[in-house]
Amino acid sequence: MKQNSFWNEGWRQLRRNRGALWSLYFIIFICLVATFASWIAPYSFETQNVDRTLLSPNSINWLGTDELGRDVLSRIIYGARMSMSVGIVTAIVSLLIGGLYGAVSGWMGGWVDAVMMRVIDILYAIPSVVLLILVGVVFSSVQIFESPELKALTGIFLALSVVGWVSLARLVRGQVLHVRELLYVEGARAIGSSSWRIVGRHIFPNILGPIIVMLTFQIPSNILFESFLSFIGLGLQPPFSSWGVLANDGWRAKSYPHLILYPGLALFFTMLAFNLLGDGLRDAFDPKMKNRS
Amino acid sequence: MMGRIFGAGILLLALLLIFLDLGQFDTPRALWIFTGFWVLTAFVYAVVRGEMVVYVFKRILEAVFVIWVIASLTFLALRFLPGGPFDQEKQLPPEIKANIEAKYGLDKPLLTQYLTYIQHAATGDLGESYKYLGRPVSTMIAETAPVSFQLGFYSLLLAFALGIPIGVFAASRHNTLVDNGLMIFAISGVALPSFIVGPLLVVVFSFGVPFASLKGFLPPALWESPIYYLLPVITLGLRPAAIIARMTRSSMLDVIQADFVRTARAKGVARHVVLYKHVLKNSLIPVLTISGPLVAGVLSGSFVVEIVFGIPGMGKHLVQSVTNRDYPLILALTLVFSAMLVLANLIVDLLYTVVDPRIKLS
Repeated sequence: MKQNSFWNEGWRQLRRNRGALWSLYFIIFICLVATFASWIAPYSFETQNVDRTLLSPNSINWLGTDELGRDVLSRIIYGARMSMSVGIVTAIVSLLIGGLYGAVSGWMGGWVDAVMMRVIDILYAIPSVVLLILVGVVFSSVQIFESPELKALTGIFLALSVVGWVSLARLVRGQVLHVRELLYVEGARAIGSSSWRIVGRHIFPNILGPIIVMLTFQIPSNILFESFLSFIGLGLQPPFSSWGVLANDGWRAKSYPHLILYPGLALFFTMLAFNLLGDGLRDAFDPKMKNRS
Repeated sequence: MMGRIFGAGILLLALLLIFLDLGQFDTPRALWIFTGFWVLTAFVYAVVRGEMVVYVFKRILEAVFVIWVIASLTFLALRFLPGGPFDQEKQLPPEIKANIEAKYGLDKPLLTQYLTYIQHAATGDLGESYKYLGRPVSTMIAETAPVSFQLGFYSLLLAFALGIPIGVFAASRHNTLVDNGLMIFAISGVALPSFIVGPLLVVVFSFGVPFASLKGFLPPALWESPIYYLLPVITLGLRPAAIIARMTRSSMLDVIQADFVRTARAKGVARHVVLYKHVLKNSLIPVLTISGPLVAGVLSGSFVVEIVFGIPGMGKHLVQSVTNRDYPLILALTLVFSAMLVLANLIVDLLYTVVDPRIKLS
C-alpha cells in the first residue's frame, strides 16, 4: 500500500525522457527477438546453401547471404540471442560476485576493507583485455552445460564474469561506506538490528539505484567485450553466431559490405539503446549524478 | 614560475617531436634523451614541489608489486592453458619434444621455472620466442612497440583535440539545436566499436562503396607514412573522443552554475574568457579521471585496429602468441601492457595536483 516515492518519482522522470523510453522498448524488442529466435528467424543460423553464396540483400534473403550461403538476417537474429545472453548473464553474475564482495568490504571496514580493496586495485591494474584473452583461453576448455550453444559460451561467460565484477565491487563498497554512516542506519543499529538485517533491509534498497544504473552500462560493455573476443577469434567460433562473429566474417569478406554493415548496425543500435537508457536511469534514480549525461 | 617553464618546455618538445615524426624526419637520438631528461626533471620538480615524494615512492613500490602479481598470475594462467607450445597438428616424436622442452627448461618443476622466469624478468631478460626461433622477445617488442605507441598516442591526441572543444562548444550552447546535435553525434560515437568502424572504413576506402571517388583516397592498410595513420587513428580515437566530449560537456555544465562563474560574469569578464579560463580549467578534473580508463581502452582497441589495418604493432603479436602458446612472448606483452597502464594511472593521478592545487595526494 505504501509506495516507495523514490521509485515512483524516478519512474515518472524516466517516462518523460523520450530517448530512454524508446531505448527501453528497443531493448525489450531485441530481448524478445533473442528469446524467440528460432521462431522468428526465416532460416537456421547454420544451414548452408552453396547455390546462394555472398548474395546482396534480396527478396529471399532480406539481408543477403554469407560466403557459405547462410542467411545473414537469421544469423543476426541468432547472434542477438548469443550476444544478449552473454551481456545480461555476465552482468548479473558480476553483480552477485562484486556486490557481495563490495558489501562485505564496505560493511566490515578496517583492515578487512583495506586488504580487500588492495586486491581490487591489483585486479584493476591488469589491462582487462589481456586478462580477458588469458582467462578466456583458460576457460575455453571448461564444460558445464549440455546444449551446444551454451557449451560454446561457457568460456566467455566465465571470462567476462571474472573480469567484470571488479568495478561493481568498487561501486557497491563506496555506496555502502557512504550509507552506513547515515542516520537511519545508526538508528537501526541503536534499536538492535542485526548486521544482516541492516544490510538487507536498509542499505541494499538505498543503494539499488546506482547499482541498476551501473548494471545498465555493464551489459553493453560485456556485449562489446564478447564481440571483441569473437572478432579477434578467441571467443565464440562459427558456425555459432554472435554479432562479433558476424563482424569478423564481414571483415574477412571485405568486398561484401553488407556482411559487416548489418551486424554492425544491430550492434550499434543495441549499444546506443543501452547507453541512452543508462543515461536516463542515472538521471532518474541516481540523484547525485543528475546532469552528468 | 619554474612550473611554467617546465610545462612550456614539455609542450614545445612534444610539438617538436610530433612535427619531426609526422614530417618523417629522423629524430636525433640526442633530442629523445634531452626530452626524457626534461620530462624527468619536471616530474621530480613537481613531486618535490607538491611534497609528494613519499606518495610517489609508495606508488612506485606499489606499481612494482602489482606488476609482479600480474607476472605471476599470467605465468600460472599459462600453465593451466590446455596444450603446450610444442603441440602442433603434426605430433613431434617424444624424444625430440623432450629435447625441445629441456632446452627451454619446460621439463623442470613449476616452481623452478617460475623462479628462473622472475629472476630473468627482473634483470630485463625476457627470453626468446618459442615460435620465432632465436628471436629475443625484447627485440620483437622493441621493433613493434614504437608503432603501437604512435597509434595510441595520435589516437589519444585526436580524442582530446576533438573531444574537449566539442564538449566546450556544446556546453556553451546548452539546450540548443547545436548542443543536441553534437551530443547525438557523441553518444553515437560511444556506441560504435572500433571493429565495426575499422572494417567499414576499409570497405569505403579500398572499394569505393558507396562513394566511388573515395576509393584509394586514403590508404586503408599498413603504416608507412603519416597519411597511412589517418584511418586507424580515426578508428581508434573516435570512441574516446566521444566519451571526452560528453564528459567535458557535463562537467562544464556543473561548473557554469558555480558562484565564482557568476561573479566573473558580473564583474564584466568577457564571455569566452570566463568559458575557457574559469569554467574549462575547473571542468578538467572529471575529464582527467576518465583518462586512465581511456588509455586502457585505447590499449585494448589497438589490438583490433592493428589487426584490421594490418599495422605491424604489438597487438598482432598478442593474439597470435596466445594461440601459439608462445609463453615468453605472452608474458612479456602482458608485462608491457600492464606497465603502461600502471604508469598511465600514476601520471593521471599526479596531473590532478597540477590541474587542481587543492588536491593533496598522500
